[in-house]
Amino acid sequence: MLTAEEKHQIDHEISLVPTPKNACIEALKIVQHSHGWVSDESLKDVADYVGMSTAELDSVATFYNLIFRRPVGRHVILLCDSISCYVMGYEDIRNKLFEKLSINYGQTTADGRFTLLPNCCLGTCDCAPALMIDNDLYRNLTVEQLDEILMKYT
Amino acid sequence: MEKPLTQHIVPGRKPLNLKAYEKVGGYQSVRKALKEMTPQEVQALVKDSNLRGRGGAGFNTGLKWSFVPMGPDAATPKYLVANADEMEPGTFKDRVLLEGNPHQLIEGMIVSAYAIQASISYVFMRWAYKLAAREITQAIQDAYEAGYLGKNILGTGFDLEMHLHTGVGRYMCGEETALLNALEGKRANPRVKPPFPQVSGLFGKPTIVNNVETLCNIPHIINNGAEWFKKLGLTEDAGTKLYGVSGRVKTPGCWELPMGTTIRELLEVHAGGMQDGYLFKGLLPGGASTDFLVEEHLDLPMDYPSIQNAGSRMGTGTMIILDDQTCPVGFVHNLQHFFAQESCGFCTPCREGLPWVEKILLAMDRGEGKPEHLLTLDFHTKYLGPGNTFCALAPGAMEPLQSALKYFREDFERHIHEHHCPWSKTTAWQPSI
Repeated sequence: MLTAEEKHQIDHEISLVPTPKNACIEALKIVQHSHGWVSDESLKDVADYVGMSTAELDSVATFYNLIFRRPVGRHVILLCDSISCYVMGYEDIRNKLFEKLSINYGQTTADGRFTLLPNCCLGTCDCAPALMIDNDLYRNLTVEQLDEILMKYT
Repeated sequence: MEKPLTQHIVPGRKPLNLKAYEKVGGYQSVRKALKEMTPQEVQALVKDSNLRGRGGAGFNTGLKWSFVPMGPDAATPKYLVANADEMEPGTFKDRVLLEGNPHQLIEGMIVSAYAIQASISYVFMRWAYKLAAREITQAIQDAYEAGYLGKNILGTGFDLEMHLHTGVGRYMCGEETALLNALEGKRANPRVKPPFPQVSGLFGKPTIVNNVETLCNIPHIINNGAEWFKKLGLTEDAGTKLYGVSGRVKTPGCWELPMGTTIRELLEVHAGGMQDGYLFKGLLPGGASTDFLVEEHLDLPMDYPSIQNAGSRMGTGTMIILDDQTCPVGFVHNLQHFFAQESCGFCTPCREGLPWVEKILLAMDRGEGKPEHLLTLDFHTKYLGPGNTFCALAPGAMEPLQSALKYFREDFERHIHEHHCPWSKTTAWQPSI
């Protein structure tokens, strides 16, 4: 069930576009913001609300890598794996994260704290390697900094 | 040296707020264009200035605008979209403008919207630019309150709404027709052209999509004229350019310099030369989807025709340096992994061809490459080239591959003959998942 607040926000997005369907990505973002991800149930709620079939909406949802159709941890780590970070040795950061968190890409730590995902170029190539955790960008990374960075997230 | 785009940007300092921006001449071009010029005059001035699209394609901006239907019979509403998706790997120039001076973009968008008589505008920004999104949101709100946006702007009768749309990933969204599909709440597949967006774009209405850096140039061209703008460039291309350098250089960064500054000056003066212990081997001049250039090209001016004549593209103007200690096959493998992953899957050559290329490069990286693999890579550069795919993604992906096969062929052959990566341990690229 969409909450009143979610409906209110989705209604606002619908008011800006010609048909409700055109606001479906915004609606998915709103739902993901409150739940952390988009479950099958949420997907159906949004589809019904904007007048789409669930299949059609899922074809949109699964196209975009930052709409999460599986549960994620409390914090999502997006590690840049594109070219400048590759040249600057992001693989050391990746391997250290695998080791520290005992997970691989696409997995969530046992305590539900972190999900680790590879991500395309974060647009901060002069400060490679880089990663984002939730809304925070970390640049010029070294493996030595990782403990301190991860500690900020509970 | 004039730096119109970045003159009010100080790294690490908050951008100028609306009042401070007005104090240094901000929004003057809105007054001038809306009160003293017809839309057609704005179009003609920008066309004369020879401003070329800074997103990579390099098309004359005023000419692009001139294809929008004008007059009372034109379909409405018309749309203007700022492409702030900046997802080309190795590119970080629009971020500087978005975070550093959001009002400059808004000012450029108001004048550009006026030139094509658009009444609704969007900033389509990539998800990762959190700080930029906050700054643009605040700046749009302030511009509304000051009467630069909304109904009857400055009493001229011109109306313009502006919205920020933040994306949810995918490189494809940078392609202008795919971007429009994303804005419409659809999968970001590209659209067939024609009809071009200028005639039938967002929601089927006339639409212009311009890059952030392109739009930020508009206020300065209106204020100072076409001749001034042309004289900023050192070569036949006009204006300044935000150039960037990343990789194993001493001081990577982004700088506004005259169009036509040489690669050597960018690399050796602004980027400080190679880091100690690293030698220059090659570079991609303008993002992941441009052909390699090598030592012999270092004295070329970074402008559209010079880089094109050398067999590459200036693209976004942000260079990625390949050093001697990074495996060229691993480097290209990283790029092809990106392109294979980011293919929208709509057309067969791209969907099937790019993963094939990636698999071959992975095999080479692991020492499992075979001599015939080189031929397979060679024919992919033809079959995924221009004209064989629905959009420019796969042809763009083939640019660094075909030029790597040309300039670094020996390195590919060594992987095959020696049955391992000669650079292994430190830089062999491994796939993500």
